[in-house]
Parts: sequence; C-alpha cells; structure tokens
Amino acid sequence: MQSEANVWRTAPLASTSSLNPTPAAMLPRFGRQIGSLAALFGAVCAAFCLALAVGSVSVPLEDVLRALLGQTTSQPAFATIVTQFRMPRALTALLAGAALAVGGVQMQTLFRNPLTDPFVLGISSGASLGVALVVLAVGTTGASILVGIGLLGDFGLAAAASLGAALMLFIVLGFASRAQNSLTLLIVGLMLGYAVSALVSLLLYFSIPERIQAYVNWTFGSFGGVTWRQVPILVPLIGIGLLLSMALVKPLNALLLGESYAQSMGINLKRARIGIIFSTALLAGSVTAFCGPIGFLGIAVPHLSRMLIRTADHRWLLPTAMLIGALAALLADLIAQVPGRQIILPLNAITALIGAPVVVMIVMRQRRLRDTFSA
Amino acid sequence: MSQPILAAERLTVGYRSGRAAPKAVLADLTLRLNSGALVCLIGRNGAGKSTLMRTLAAVQKPLAGKVCVGAEDIHRLPISRLARLISVVLTERTQNSLLSVYEVAALGRLPYTDWTGRLSPHDQAMVAWALESVGALPLAERPISELSDGERQKVMIARALAQETPLIFLDEPTAFLDLPRRVEMMALLRRLAHATKRAVLLSTHDLDLALRSADRVWLLEGDGALHDGAPEDLVLNGAFARTFAAEGVAFEAASGTFKLCADVRGTLHVQGEGLRALWTRRALERVGFMVSDTPNGTPSLHVDGQGWHWQGVRYESVAALVAALTDSDAKSADLR
Repeated sequence: MQSEANVWRTAPLASTSSLNPTPAAMLPRFGRQIGSLAALFGAVCAAFCLALAVGSVSVPLEDVLRALLGQTTSQPAFATIVTQFRMPRALTALLAGAALAVGGVQMQTLFRNPLTDPFVLGISSGASLGVALVVLAVGTTGASILVGIGLLGDFGLAAAASLGAALMLFIVLGFASRAQNSLTLLIVGLMLGYAVSALVSLLLYFSIPERIQAYVNWTFGSFGGVTWRQVPILVPLIGIGLLLSMALVKPLNALLLGESYAQSMGINLKRARIGIIFSTALLAGSVTAFCGPIGFLGIAVPHLSRMLIRTADHRWLLPTAMLIGALAALLADLIAQVPGRQIILPLNAITALIGAPVVVMIVMRQRRLRDTFSA
Repeated sequence: MSQPILAAERLTVGYRSGRAAPKAVLADLTLRLNSGALVCLIGRNGAGKSTLMRTLAAVQKPLAGKVCVGAEDIHRLPISRLARLISVVLTERTQNSLLSVYEVAALGRLPYTDWTGRLSPHDQAMVAWALESVGALPLAERPISELSDGERQKVMIARALAQETPLIFLDEPTAFLDLPRRVEMMALLRRLAHATKRAVLLSTHDLDLALRSADRVWLLEGDGALHDGAPEDLVLNGAFARTFAAEGVAFEAASGTFKLCADVRGTLHVQGEGLRALWTRRALERVGFMVSDTPNGTPSLHVDGQGWHWQGVRYESVAALVAALTDSDAKSADLR
C-alpha cells in the first residue's frame, strides 16, 4: 500500500500559470529545410535557363539572356526560338511539375496512402474521355484528324480535356460530400476511373487507325503543345490550385494524425476534404488538359520531397514538392527532346524510365517508408 | 472545489440507421463530469462504452436528451469551439517516421493558431509544459514511430493537454501496454486530472486498476443501466458482481479481483502465516479447492519455514504440494 501511494505522488506537476519560456534547444530547427529550399530554387532557375538554351538547336546562354531582355541576338532566329517556342514550353513544364507534385502530396496525405497520385480520383480519366470523344468520335470518317481538331480551334483538345476533367471533378465532389470516410471515396474514385477508361476503350475499338494514333500521341504527354495564347489560361488555373493548397496547410497537417484526431482538433473534415480534392483536381485536371496525362511525377516527387527535408509538415513539404516537381519536369522535358537531334521522345516514357530507378534506389535505402504513413 | 464541467440530461444514446427505427443502446442517463476528477467507464464488450463516449464527445448525435458544457449544448456548438472544450486520445496508433514527438504535441495547439498553424511563444510554452507533464520532454526530437507503445501514449496525452481543454476523453488508454506501464499510465492520468483540474473520462477493461485509481466509476451493466458512484460503493452494492457475472468467472468482492471458477475439488484449511500461506491459498484456489478460514471439520495442511506438510509428508514447493493434492483421485475423494 505504501508503494502504491508513492506512485500517485511522484513528480509534482507544474501548473499552467507558471509557464516557462521554451528552451531554444527544444524548438524545431529549420536549417535543413531552408537550405534545401534555397538549393532547389537555384537548381530550378538553372534548369529553366538550360531548357531555353538546349533543344534541337543549341542557343548560346548569352543569346538566351539577350532574348529574355529583348535585345538582338547573334542570329535573329534565336530570339524567336527562345521567346516563342521554348519559353512557353519551359514555363509549362515548370508549372505542370509543381502542380502534379502538390496534387500528389495532397492525395497521399488525405488518403494516408503512399501509392496514391493526383489522378487517383479519376480526373485524368475524365480528361482522356473528353479528348477521346473529340479525337475518335467527332468528324466524318476519312477526314483528317487535324481538321477535326481544327474545327474547335487552337483550344480543341485542351477544351475537351478540361470539360472531361471538370465533369469528373463534380462527380467526385458529389461523392465527397456524401462519403462516410476517405477510404470509401478512394474506392469510388478508382471505380469511376475504371468505368471512364472502359468508355475510352470502346471508343478506341470502333475507331480508325489514324485517329487511334492521334489519341495515343496525346497520351504520351508533352509540354510542347502550350503556346503563348494558352499560357494566360494555364497560369491562373494552376496558381489558384497551388494557393488553395497552401491555404490548406493546417487541415493537411492535422490529417497526419488521422481523420478522427483532425476532427477533434477543430478541423471541419468535409470542408477540408472538398478543399483538398478541389485543389488537386484543378491542378491535375489543367495539367492533363494542356499536356496530356503525365504520370509518375505526381507519385514520386512527394516521396523525394519528404526524404529530402525529413519532415511531414506541409508548410515545408508543399514548397519543396513544388520546386522538386518543377525541376523534375524541366529535366525530363530536356531529355525527351534529345538535345541536338530532330526527334522528340514521349515525355511519359522519360519520366518513368529515368524516375523509377531513382525512386527504387532511394526507397531501398530508406528503412521505414511504411512508417511515413500510419498503418 | 470540483466544479461540474459536463452535464448530460436524460441522455439516450444509440444508432440511427437508414429508415429503420433508431436503436437505443443506453437510455435516460443523467451524468456529471467534475473538474479534477478521473472517471473510468467500465462495461462488458458491446455494453455501449464507445457509443456513450462518442456521444459525450459530440462525434455522434444523441437519440434524445442533451449534453451541456456550461449553458451550451455541445451538439449545437461549431466544431472549432468544441475543439477548445474536449480533447481526445484514441486507440488508433500514430506511426509516422517524419513526425517528431514535439510536432505531434504541437498539433494540439491547432485550435488556437492562425491559418498557417504557426506557434506563438505562448503556444510553444504550452507544448513544452504538456510534454513535461507526462515526462516526455526528453523524447521531444524523436520520431513518433520510434517510441514504445507506452511512450507514444504519453505523447498523445501531452497533445491532448496542449489542446488546453477542460475535458479529456481517452479510449482505452491502457490497451497495448504491459502491466507496469498500465499502472504508470493510470497514475499519470490521475495525477494530471487532480493537478490540472481537468475532467478526465476514460474507458477501460482494467477493472483492478480502475478500482484503485478512479475517483468515480461509470459501470455499464449491459442491460442499458449505468451505475455511477465511487468504485468502492459499486463493489459493496453488488453492481460489479452483477455486471461481470458469467460462466466460469466470478467477481470476488473481498479481494476486488476476478476468480476463475474451476470445478470444486474439495475444501482445505491452511495453517500458517505470511506470504507463504497467502500464496499457498491462491495456488489451492487456482487448482479448484475451496479454502476455509476455520479448521473445524476440514482437512488441514500446515505451512512453515521448512515447507508444506500434508498428511505427514513434507513437500519442498507449492508445485509438489499441488501435484500431490491433485494427483490421485483417491486422495481427492478423501477431501470431499
């Protein structure tokens, strides 16, 4: 009995009224994160300049700078190449990479699943269906595919893909406001994706080879299709998506402990879920609409980001993912263009072929990937 | 002294499912939770412990009645206000190699921070105080996934403390823990409740610990009745015995523990003093003997410093004695 009474009495408790200032040693230090972000920012700037200089024709770096500043270049064609063709392309790669990475982070946090990517809710399937409808079904038989797209103008494919992605978004949001939990939502999203892909398969089955080829070309993904006329649409869409995701850092961080804890800490789950899905769908949907379904970046970059900055805190994770995503997209596009040659490889093949071994290597070194996500 | 913080009036909890009639699990409860009190919610599986906890935490709507904190019905409060009244510790395990102990505890400050979740110096001091209160300050920089179950549970309690709520609800905080950790955990919770004037409600299957540490016990009998009282009162009025009456197990009020009811082999009296005699009696009960307090009429065995004496034979250990007693049917028959 004596000993038991002692147990109750051990270590008197400090009262809240006499709070001491926290010792500085205890507060989290952000040196690693700040250093990483600065280094990544430098790397992204360098990759961006490289993307302007390198391609089927090499432009000397000083001419790149001159073209950017609006001065005359050593060869007049250089200015056109840099500002009219490579600038929008590099800008698109930058934005798309950041968008897919942030979308991936948000989905992985929401579903607490390391295998989810921004397309897990069927957004890209919706975009594919839009494109498939335009490319495979519209127009009379025998007419050139380019005519078919031409009828819809410059924005034909992008518009069709946006419509498809938006339609999918509204269906998923409709389910999100009813679903009991995120796992249900994940399954619904996967099923919607399968169903829509099946529709695309049917369209492919009844289509003619030239059109199938055109559709397949779209699925390869490319940052090259975006011109200066489309940039003013892409920039605000992705900008809004990224800003929205930054505004959601608090719910995202709370969700790291699971939905029940998040709710107990005052997070409105339904609102948070809809915000996260809306932002992700906007990001993934606009990228898919303008560049095709670009795989791999959305699933791999979040993991690379966490490994680099070693924190799950979204205040650091989101900016890091944006920069790594932008860097990866710029580099993948550089490689896909095979500098100095006239051929362009499919972008999707490059992201996966080069990215997959890199991720496997890093994951094998990491002992506790599973622990990053609550079981 | 202790102020009532939470009051439930004529509360009926249960489930609504589709168009079927709502299914009430517990009806017409009137309950109080006072500041600085540790209350243990006890009941058999399926008696409605979690339904009641979920309803009191405003995660689930009641079928009837209301739950009030002060003058406000908690089921009508916005979730942001609720987060400043009730914090919870759940059974689900948090495993994240990228979240440090400090970061997990700091998440408790979410209801008080701006949209970026940045901690003010006051927030930081609260987090440090909460970690210190549970003795987890030295762990602050460790990833939460590297901790033992007991350490992790303490960190989750620190997170709840940092949330600065007058009410803390814990769902089976001693599950997954070994015995010393369980005792330590209950001691900690009791100390926190008393020192920080919070009302702590926890559900548990640890009857023995609950009896020893709770200020009040809410006992769910299983037929929809809830007994509310000091643990000792509930033992004395037989509520414990009734609740846990089941085949093969009996609650023994004298010791406050459960006994396995094996087939009775016979009755014995044990002569002797001290620990040796105590554990001999326990051994006999374990293998199915009734142990009588008085020597009249019953066969008797003798315990002293040399060993155990039974029918003129000396045994070196309890095991040898028990083997001899249970070995032959003939001897057992003598005892009936």
